Amino acid sequence: QVRLVVPMAVVFSPGSVPRDLPRPLPFRDVQEMEISVNLRTSVTSHYEMRYRSTTGQEEAALAAATAREADAALHPLQDTTMGSLTMYVVPETSSLLPQGINVYVGKHRSALVRAGGSLAALQARLREVTQVMSFTASSIAATLSDRVPNGQLSPDARRNLKSSLGYEITFSLLNPDPKSHTVDWDIEGAVNRYVKPVLDKLSLLANFSVDSQILYYAVLGVTPRYDKESSSFLLSAHSLPHVINPVEARLGSSAASLYPVLNFLLYVPERSHSPLYIQDKDGAPVSTNAFHSPRWGGIMVYNVEAPASPPASLPLHVDVDMARVMEVFLAQLRLLFGLSREEVPPEFLLERPGNEGLADWELDHLLWAHTVENIATVSTTLTSLAQLLDKIGNIVIKDDVASEVYRAVASVQSAVTKLSLGHLHAAFQASKEAVTSSERAFFDPSLLHLLYFPDDQKFAIYIPLFLPMAVPILLSLAKIVRETRLRKKEPTKMD
Amino acid sequence: VSHYRLFPKALGRLVAALGVRELHLALTQGFWRTRYWGQPPLQAPAGAELWVWFQPTVTDVDKAWKELSNILSGIFCASLNFIDSTNTVIPTASFKPLGLANGTDHHLLRYAVLPREVVCTENLTPWKKLLPCGSKAGLAVLLKAERLFHSSYHSQAVHIRPICRDASCLAMSWELRQTLTVVFDFFSSGQGKKDWSLFKMFSRTLTDTCPLASQSKVYVDISPKNKEKELLEVSPPPTSVHEAIVQGDKKTYAVYDLLSPSLFNTSRSLNVQLKWKRPQDSSEMPIPILHAQRYVGGYGLQTGEICTLIYNTHPYRAFPVILLETVPWYLRLYVHTLTIITKGKENKPSYIHYQPAQDRRRPHLLEMLIQLPANSVTKITIQFERALLKWTEYPPDPNHGFYVGSSVLSALVPSVTATKDMDVEQSPLFTSLFPSSDGSSYFVRLYTEPLLVNLPTPDFSMPYNVICLTCTVVAVCYGSFYNLLTRTFHVEEPSRGGLAKRLANVIRKFRGVPPL
Repeated sequence: QVRLVVPMAVVFSPGSVPRDLPRPLPFRDVQEMEISVNLRTSVTSHYEMRYRSTTGQEEAALAAATAREADAALHPLQDTTMGSLTMYVVPETSSLLPQGINVYVGKHRSALVRAGGSLAALQARLREVTQVMSFTASSIAATLSDRVPNGQLSPDARRNLKSSLGYEITFSLLNPDPKSHTVDWDIEGAVNRYVKPVLDKLSLLANFSVDSQILYYAVLGVTPRYDKESSSFLLSAHSLPHVINPVEARLGSSAASLYPVLNFLLYVPERSHSPLYIQDKDGAPVSTNAFHSPRWGGIMVYNVEAPASPPASLPLHVDVDMARVMEVFLAQLRLLFGLSREEVPPEFLLERPGNEGLADWELDHLLWAHTVENIATVSTTLTSLAQLLDKIGNIVIKDDVASEVYRAVASVQSAVTKLSLGHLHAAFQASKEAVTSSERAFFDPSLLHLLYFPDDQKFAIYIPLFLPMAVPILLSLAKIVRETRLRKKEPTKMD
Repeated sequence: VSHYRLFPKALGRLVAALGVRELHLALTQGFWRTRYWGQPPLQAPAGAELWVWFQPTVTDVDKAWKELSNILSGIFCASLNFIDSTNTVIPTASFKPLGLANGTDHHLLRYAVLPREVVCTENLTPWKKLLPCGSKAGLAVLLKAERLFHSSYHSQAVHIRPICRDASCLAMSWELRQTLTVVFDFFSSGQGKKDWSLFKMFSRTLTDTCPLASQSKVYVDISPKNKEKELLEVSPPPTSVHEAIVQGDKKTYAVYDLLSPSLFNTSRSLNVQLKWKRPQDSSEMPIPILHAQRYVGGYGLQTGEICTLIYNTHPYRAFPVILLETVPWYLRLYVHTLTIITKGKENKPSYIHYQPAQDRRRPHLLEMLIQLPANSVTKITIQFERALLKWTEYPPDPNHGFYVGSSVLSALVPSVTATKDMDVEQSPLFTSLFPSSDGSSYFVRLYTEPLLVNLPTPDFSMPYNVICLTCTVVAVCYGSFYNLLTRTFHVEEPSRGGLAKRLANVIRKFRGVPPL
């Protein structure tokens, strides 16, 4: 049984202690919730809360002018193990949080919460904060999506990228009309400036490698419609799924590695189809002119400003504004991983993550999800291997395959124990090792050796020998049976 | 992290990930007939040929080679994954790096040939996909599969090598060269006349250039034969005429520069045509200085002999040639029967490298440096014995025979005419196709025919026959024994008679004889 333990610290600043505390500070409390995935499996989430009052340094930090400065000052004083949360409760009348905002979530693993009067109201608010900053029941259920019976999952559940040891990110510039446009993009500089910090932050999660290419004469599979009112071309939302397939043939698969590929395409439309806008379901043009496809990547359309007078010589030189493009691509990358800030209650204020692209608690989100998914994958793989061995008795398991299986089982057990102790980082590493070992054991080529040994070949070899031999034996057996029956019926027939 | 603009990402990642220094892959259908078509510009052996130089930093060259052949077989849709240790050799002298090289440890080189490989449209499509403009603009517009494969010889190749970025050679660039050699034989295919045009050959004409190309040229060989000018005429008139010494002969080329604006001024499309002013009676091509033939001699299914004939038709110059032969392990060569005879006398090679085969693991490798005297024929023979393979090792059609890959002849052939050094900057493509290291000789690599050898094949229905026969014999034997041992005798009352007796009685009644 998997138990997810979140160590939390709730720190009361002076003036914010609720009156109805059960025990004097400091004290510990435990809250458990069961997330049931299907009839047989369930995951327990276990919040270990330590209530205490602020130290002198923390009080000094909380005396800052804005929430952001307070958060920055509190960062070195916190417990920064992965998966843990620290919540500072400020008095109801405090001016640290702006009007109407009750919770401020920082860039690191802390939040500033306004006291709500009674302990119950405070605990309700704290629960909301944990739902935002740590995992929710639906996010855990989404990672175990293959075990949830159909119909219970929301349609967004299967959209996040599957957990993998590494990802390859490819940026492609599609220029279908090189005669009219010469497009230059400073992709190397943009990758170093914008993408590298985000990937460095995510490097705990997986290995990332970045590539880029320019493809010419690559057209979208859909002809856009001309709209007279806006004198532009429009791609409607329902034609977007058909765009990807023809382009994908040109993108090329990465031959040298086995990691899943995330493609980010920048499309510069042809001169005859400029400007091109993407329409959403309501018919309004999308502001970023981009869309993404879950588990695949994203496409952005970059319209070239048409010069007022017809140009003297084609092709036009186009310099791509990489800042605008990378903004969109990085937002799409966050969405692909499942980090959206959509379902936040209105009284929350979330701090922007800045150059690094994601906050520490969002990284924790991913770590929780991937750890649980890895553990589920390992158990599925090993159970399938065991079932396969039961069904087909011919398979020979070599010693190294057996040792990989043992190692996978040991790593999974260690991951589960570490999760129940609250060590998220160690649990994640153990789950990664477990996945590697189990995949190596399951996909070992030596297992395929005698996988298909048809039974009818065995029959074909032995029947021509045994059938003719069996016929007289069976006949004489029948005769013996008949004679004994006859003898039994008339035992006194002997003379 | 790597960023690609014109170089295809698939090959770039491959070269970076596996530590490849040079890669040469050729897929060929057909054989170049030197007697009818002259000296080939760039010959490749029939089937698939792959030779690769790895970087000195690669520690396990065999593992990298296996991964490389598997990945290339995916990229080019060819079954290069059949390349394994039974058809890979490590030549010592025949294949030197064609690009920049720091040192040549021949353990970093691997060479493999798959003579049974067939080339078709599926191999042309990924080849075209590697071009930056694809087949949408530029010269590649002509390459449509239904006309290209309607030819007598089709060879497509991919070459990757490192070269100097500029004349000072301070930085290195990767060069990808894709070559396509096709022979349309109109004269012998029944059309009679030797006139041709781009439209007749490709059913397409050139309409524009690839906007990414910095150079795009069409060269037409209009060399006058026997000093007779005005024998042929090309239309439309070329933008310039280029003279060069190519493979020892002075050749004149009509050049169409597609990037010059004057070419597409008059008409939107360019259809190069060549017309002969006088009818040609026979297609005589000048006999090349070096050419070779190979065949299998002997009779029966036990022994045989591989004979190679090398011709040196230069009137007064002798030159050495390196011969590389790769023979599969199931033809067991006997090196003590190797004889090299030139003009009736024995010719000892100055360098022999022989690596014997190991059954099911390694093929034979024979490399020799042979001096060819002027105006001579050299005959190299070696005898072999055919091995019996295990019954699961035979291919699906065993009576077709087993292929032996072409042997490779590399030589620096002295040219009759002195070559002058060509300016690399002006025509880089032309000089890379016909490089001249020094003025008096040019490098030639020739391939001989692949051989088809019959191996003794077993009767594949024998296992079934054996099973049936043994089982029948055993069953009958056992059955009779068992019957004898367990038969019980008992008295039987005379029965009324069966059907046969009644039938016999009916016949007796007709005959008037008393019944049984």
